[in-house]
Amino acid sequence: MHRFANPARFLKIAKPATTWLFVMGMLLTTVGLVGGLGFASPDYLQGETVRIMYVHVPSAWLGMGGWTGIAIASIAQLVWRHPLAAVAGRALAPAGAMFAAICLLTGSIWGRPTWGTWWEWDGRLTSMLILFFLYLGYIALASAERERGGEGRIAALFGLIGAINLPIIHYSVTWWRTLHQPQSFGTAGSAIDSSILWPLPLATFGFACLFGAAVLMRMRADLAQTKVEARMRRAAAE
Amino acid sequence: MNHWSFVTAAYVVAIGGTVALLAWAYLTMRRAEAAADDLKRK
Repeated sequence: MHRFANPARFLKIAKPATTWLFVMGMLLTTVGLVGGLGFASPDYLQGETVRIMYVHVPSAWLGMGGWTGIAIASIAQLVWRHPLAAVAGRALAPAGAMFAAICLLTGSIWGRPTWGTWWEWDGRLTSMLILFFLYLGYIALASAERERGGEGRIAALFGLIGAINLPIIHYSVTWWRTLHQPQSFGTAGSAIDSSILWPLPLATFGFACLFGAAVLMRMRADLAQTKVEARMRRAAAE
Repeated sequence: MNHWSFVTAAYVVAIGGTVALLAWAYLTMRRAEAAADDLKRK
């Protein structure tokens, strides 16, 4: 990890990786979503609405994955003072917030024909909404800290504390059996038939690549902005 | 209840949100990198 502590070395890898992730993401997402919309079987109970799974499940995993990344970046920031950790945290937050929002909205749209309601204060739905608000809080805190010239340690602490919500989201369907169905994916495999399941890994990897491309673009923007600010400060001091 | 209208709405939200995120990330990156390059040239 410390190999990438040098921003110049990081950028050397990040620039081609951004293009590769974007191209791979577009390809896999297109194949996954076209397969999910046009070729996968409808569900015997839910009918065509099961196709919402191909956008809802990847966005839920990426919404949670984004905060897992923030928690790892927070540890790197607090323990090793890794110079790119705060940059990574700030880049992960808007992407994670967007996918958490997509998860909430697509879940609400899926809930109407399946459960007969747009929203319910169910354990899974509520903990996911809390994750979205945590993202907004992290974005506000990290950008305020950056403007003040801080190292991002307060945002890192917030990132670590917020990670408590991740197991709550994961186990919410076991702890509070209200509306959301239990886990469909576990260590024993999937409860979903393969005729419906097959586009899901393609869409998930596709969206994950696009998520990665967005994060790298934000990190590059942040590093370029830092460079401009440093030069302007130097010019003002001369 | 027509299921396809719900499916379409969910895909519009997901694709629209992803495209908006990527477009914003790309534009802010281009702007910041162009500003850094301009400063380096001066």
